[in-house]
Amino acid sequence: MALLEIKNLVKAFGGLKAVNDVTFHVDEGEIFGLIGPNGSGKTTTFNCINNYYPITSGDVVFKGKSIKGLKTHKVCHLGIGRTFQVVKPLARMTVLENVTASAFCRVNAIGEAQEEALKVLEFTNLIGEKDKLAKSLPIGGRKRLEIARALATKPELILLDETAAGLNPGELDEAIDLIKKMRDSGITILIIEHIMKVIMTISDRIHAINFGQTIASGTPEEVANNPAVIEAYLGVE
Amino acid sequence: MMKKNLTLIILGIVCLVFPLVVRSDYYQHLAIIAFIWVVVGSSWNLLAGYTGQVSFGHAIFFGIGAYTAGIFATKLGISAWWGMMFGGIVAMLIGLFVGWVCFRLRGPYFALGTLAGGEVFRLIATNWESLTDGMVGILIIQSFRSKLPYYYIALLLAFACVYAIHLIMKSKWGYYFVSIRENQDAAESLGINTLLYKNVSLLVSSFFTGMAGAFYMNYMAFIDPEVVFSLHYISIMAILVGIVGGVGTIMGPAVGAFIMVGVQETFRSSFFGLAPGWISQGHAMAFGLLVVFVIMFLANGVVGDWSKIKRYVFRIKPSSVS
Repeated sequence: MALLEIKNLVKAFGGLKAVNDVTFHVDEGEIFGLIGPNGSGKTTTFNCINNYYPITSGDVVFKGKSIKGLKTHKVCHLGIGRTFQVVKPLARMTVLENVTASAFCRVNAIGEAQEEALKVLEFTNLIGEKDKLAKSLPIGGRKRLEIARALATKPELILLDETAAGLNPGELDEAIDLIKKMRDSGITILIIEHIMKVIMTISDRIHAINFGQTIASGTPEEVANNPAVIEAYLGVE
Repeated sequence: MMKKNLTLIILGIVCLVFPLVVRSDYYQHLAIIAFIWVVVGSSWNLLAGYTGQVSFGHAIFFGIGAYTAGIFATKLGISAWWGMMFGGIVAMLIGLFVGWVCFRLRGPYFALGTLAGGEVFRLIATNWESLTDGMVGILIIQSFRSKLPYYYIALLLAFACVYAIHLIMKSKWGYYFVSIRENQDAAESLGINTLLYKNVSLLVSSFFTGMAGAFYMNYMAFIDPEVVFSLHYISIMAILVGIVGGVGTIMGPAVGAFIMVGVQETFRSSFFGLAPGWISQGHAMAFGLLVVFVIMFLANGVVGDWSKIKRYVFRIKPSSVS
């Protein structure tokens, strides 16, 4: 069953259509990759899903119900977590406080929230840094913190926006393991990624867009061999 | 931790016995004024220091609280002490309105919105003469001749305010407030209804500020719009108390209140009569220099940078001995 359906999504900034008639769906339990060159409209699509930007036209359907126009915090409560490409740590709070703040999405008591936060920090391998201020973390840690915060809201679907960008090869393997571990724990994943090693090895299906429009869709092999995708990334011979 | 608790217990005992030991009305008066500023500064700090919504208009709530108590007493004949509760509640309702208008704005624009709001309420209080008696002000009869009852009521109010904020900051609300301060967009994506919780912070803040205003009416027995809705005597003073004591710390505004009242009084009395009289005109400049000093050397305030102060003092000590 489709958990998330994007139907003819259009997002215009003035005369520029950053996302122009994109349609795809994400099935429960899969890792779905969204790829495209810089400025092709991937992050804008994410921002439309959690209504960070209002949609120009089209529809976003989550678990069979339209979530178009719902406030960003309500989308989170429905079960869609997200991370930001440009990380937004709550800088002057500790790692534990960052994650505890998001755990309050599901519980009201401080004890329960902290317990949940500690579980998530264990899961994301950040437990050793729990008392550090978020601003003191290096980029790898900050990317993990983004994921940890999203996980603490107990999402059914998580939107990962380039969580592997800027990581060194060792951290990259850990990131891949973490994403697989999240999938195995029952969370559906919609991921934007530029690093082919990541996206090609973990995705069940991939959707490629360029200039806001769909250019290919299918399994990683199909998309990688699609002439339109090769042209978008490498240019024409 | 034990040491910190011990300090607080000693502080509590000192506050409780102070007026019994120091019988001078003058020093009791200063302590009462300082307690009022503990309440206003702490309330401002909840909204500005913890939630990141810097208000330049806390005189709105102080004035509304004072006028509610005053009008209840003069027009309706209800004791101005009931006005303490109603003052808080009416200030909260006005807070709801101020939030509805000003939270459409972010950052410095919010601050400017509250600044304008403060002036609007001052002008309303000045011109709505049938209700407020305008510039004539409101005069009531004090309930007590002695300062003692006022002292303990002010102490209780200050304690209740600081303790309530302490509890709030350890709860879900506190986490949400600080998240909003650190990054409003991230907070919203983490499922935090940022508009709702900014309003919650504003309502708690305006409630306590309103109570402080109502207490001021009871204690001083006279108010007029130029005093309780004043930009520089109330709104700016609330900010100075917060900045000097330490923005985003529980005890900061409490410490800041005593420092600011001390500095203000030192200048007002021309260094207790030791300096020439014209120096009393310099208190605004002294405030300015104090704030410049704090921002340059103690950016987190006296409480926020306490460890820095201690280190500095300890480094001085050995060298002065040898």
